Amino acid sequence: MAAEASTGMNERVIRVRLKRQDGPDARPRWESFDVPVGTGSNVTSVLQWICAHPVTVEGKNTTPPVYDSGCLEEVCGSCTMVVNGRVRQACSALIDHYCPKDGDELTLEPMTKFPVVRDLSVDRSRLFSNLERMRAWVPVDGTYDLGAGPEETPEAQQTRYVLSTCMSCGCCLEACPQYTLETDEEAWDRAFVGAAVISQARYFNMHETGSSLKKVRLTELSGPGGVSDCGNAQNCVNVCPKEIPLTESIAAIGRQVTAHNIRQFFSGD
Amino acid sequence: MAGASQQQRVIVVGGGLAGLAAAVRITEGGIPVDLFSIVPVKRSHSVCAQGGINACNDIARQQGYSEHEHFDETIYGGDFLAHQPPVYEMAQMAPRIIDLLDRMGVPFNRTAEGQRDLRLFGGSLYKRTHFSGATTGQQLMYALDEQVRRAEAAGKVHKYEHWEFLRPVLDEMGACRGIVAQDLRTMQIRAFRADAVVMATGGCGLVFGQSTNSVMCTGAAASRCYQAGVKYANGEFIQVHPTAIPGADKLRLMSESARGEGGRVWVPGKKDASGAWGPHPQPGMDPRQIPDEDRYYFLEERYPAYGNIVPRDIATREIFNVCLEGMGVGGGRMVYLDLSFKPREELERKLGGIMEIYRKFVGEDPCEFPMKIFPGVHYSMGGLWTRYTPKSDLRGLEKGAPGNMMTNVEGLYAFGEVNYQYHGANRLGANALLSCIFDGLFNGESVVNYVRDNAHAPASAVEQGLYAGAEQIEGDKEKDLLARDGDQNVYEISAELGDEMTEASTVIKTGERLQRAIDKVAELRDRYRRIGVADASMWTNQALSFAKSVGDMIAIGDAILRGGMLREESRGSHYRADHPERNDERFLKSTIAEFDPQSKTASITFEDVEVGMVEPRKRTYGKIEPASGQKAGAKTEPAGASN
Repeated sequence: MAAEASTGMNERVIRVRLKRQDGPDARPRWESFDVPVGTGSNVTSVLQWICAHPVTVEGKNTTPPVYDSGCLEEVCGSCTMVVNGRVRQACSALIDHYCPKDGDELTLEPMTKFPVVRDLSVDRSRLFSNLERMRAWVPVDGTYDLGAGPEETPEAQQTRYVLSTCMSCGCCLEACPQYTLETDEEAWDRAFVGAAVISQARYFNMHETGSSLKKVRLTELSGPGGVSDCGNAQNCVNVCPKEIPLTESIAAIGRQVTAHNIRQFFSGD
Repeated sequence: MAGASQQQRVIVVGGGLAGLAAAVRITEGGIPVDLFSIVPVKRSHSVCAQGGINACNDIARQQGYSEHEHFDETIYGGDFLAHQPPVYEMAQMAPRIIDLLDRMGVPFNRTAEGQRDLRLFGGSLYKRTHFSGATTGQQLMYALDEQVRRAEAAGKVHKYEHWEFLRPVLDEMGACRGIVAQDLRTMQIRAFRADAVVMATGGCGLVFGQSTNSVMCTGAAASRCYQAGVKYANGEFIQVHPTAIPGADKLRLMSESARGEGGRVWVPGKKDASGAWGPHPQPGMDPRQIPDEDRYYFLEERYPAYGNIVPRDIATREIFNVCLEGMGVGGGRMVYLDLSFKPREELERKLGGIMEIYRKFVGEDPCEFPMKIFPGVHYSMGGLWTRYTPKSDLRGLEKGAPGNMMTNVEGLYAFGEVNYQYHGANRLGANALLSCIFDGLFNGESVVNYVRDNAHAPASAVEQGLYAGAEQIEGDKEKDLLARDGDQNVYEISAELGDEMTEASTVIKTGERLQRAIDKVAELRDRYRRIGVADASMWTNQALSFAKSVGDMIAIGDAILRGGMLREESRGSHYRADHPERNDERFLKSTIAEFDPQSKTASITFEDVEVGMVEPRKRTYGKIEPASGQKAGAKTEPAGASN
């Protein structure tokens, strides 16, 4: 865990400004650290180094900063934070890109659309709660042997595969003007669900067995906080680290919701 | 305890593939599950698995492959150290596991006709690996995560995410009746009741400092069980994956599927007049300018039958040795893994996930340049000791027998990478996802039966004093840790542990070096008593959690080293330069480490391996005499298996 912050090439020292907050209700404050880096350093290795050497540029001993991290290869979705003003995964944020020269500055802040737990760590349970609300699963008949699943063309598989790489990191939600911070759980059912969850609804609606819950999903997404709350800013698709075609998903669900509403109007079911 | 089932609960610790599969199966059996995980379960380390999942399939079957062949490959790949009955059962169930995952919606790659596509993987000459791009672990885990979310919505699963396991709660008879865990936000330490506990907490890569593992794979949970009296077996068998991307914070895995899809491993070289390879005069030159005759495809030359898809331990040692011989890229510790000759479209479709990782973290396009890779610590074949009930003819396990995958502590199970079954001395690629899901699904039923037939009173009837006492122990340990105000930096201790373990106990080991490492770990144990924790806060104190886990990593490190020290032979991933041959007479045995609370070190014994159907044979993968009549060498590639 206490990795060297660099691999030994292009050694230099950068200034890291870190937004800190001791708890959900504490006032945020800033601390700065001088960190030795080199080729191969990334934001996570910088944070690891600061944890092992928690002394500010003023020479003051401080607590090791709290942050989320997991796989460090951009598949687990843990380490989302705001790096120099833009939301992304910390592990794939290479220091050579942000701070090529000695003395360059790096600013790290927590996401703003989720409640801060401490320092850079935020509480994203709303995202998982919305996946549950969206019935984001295939309703199989248990785990006993019932043969293979439905056949699928390679084209359909490729479309579903990309959607299935969503790691619930929250980048698309942080960047979305319509997605708002909601600290009160009561508001989660009414506030905009955001691109990630809409895209998951599309993913499960595409699956033969998964589509048996399509109506329930579309009912959820046609109400308050549903797909019509999207303001079409298209920020989501620009920040998605997995390059998921989120705006295509929103458009697809928009069409499904419209058809669903018309059907409901005429059939009442 | 008929009629008590309403009150009965099972705790599953760990929300990766094994834990999620267990939760699905146990709730399906009618027992509610409390699922504990340090991270939200969707972020568990199983997402890092890339290449695929093995199972016999219709095409391979028509080429002569079978479940028995899968079983045999796994035993041979593991150098005969795995107990055979559980492996046999796993291979039998594998095709049905693929079908189930398919029904759950996993987007397995498809052929033009819409069938599930297959790829070649290490240790087999048949295509028997199912895959979903190069993020198969992520896709399989999400499918199970979704099923668990469904069970959660139905009230059958209660998740405790951001909770860390601290210890099992054992009653006066030594049976497990629950756990003590800590809320990583409020830092509350609390005991939970359970009628059975399933540990599914994965491997211990971080004991080696840098590895391909996620940051939570410290092995601390397994170590805490070990220190509470659970046996830890075959700890010295650590898989070093041949192809990882060196990095500042971790070694990023470059999947074996890169080789399964045709990737070639080579170094720049020059052949002398006798045909022997030597270093290239300009080993650092642009690889694209190096002509084919100056590329030493050392795996293909040394293993004509398997070539680049020899098992991992063999590929790792060959790569390591070629670099020791001074033939690494630029003269250093790196070799090329080359896919740049393949069409970009095919690479993106089948390997997009890992191509992207290389581009993002190295900054070069592997469709244009050969990748630079070196071995990295990857998987622990060893782990918590578990028992099982074999069928009378040893072909498989008694389905639902309560003892299957139970540790030596009654009521405490171990599933997935954290146990020591299935993979012996070396795991075959794409068998890990299988063994994790198999444990959850097949042995989950054993947990259900244990709880239902439990001769004990239900946990709900156990006196509260047992739990209060266990909480007290952990509370006192934490107070003691926070009160230490020493000059030792716990991050430095963990870094030194990692360096020592990597140097002494990975690719090439000797008795002399292992002894020095044992002494070094003793020094670290001593220094650990004099640490200072830089944060005394009682809210989301990651520094405190990390400090706790370092003590547990030291205990596991010691067990790994002592097992390796006494195992005076070479088998699978365990290569002793001072004992280079396998010695079945002395060491066709599992290594059992038991924690001695007095000395805080492991005492080691050995226990016979259950052989059963396949007699141990020499494991060469055709290196010495490809046509000598050895099973592996005698095989020719089946038609259509390699394109």
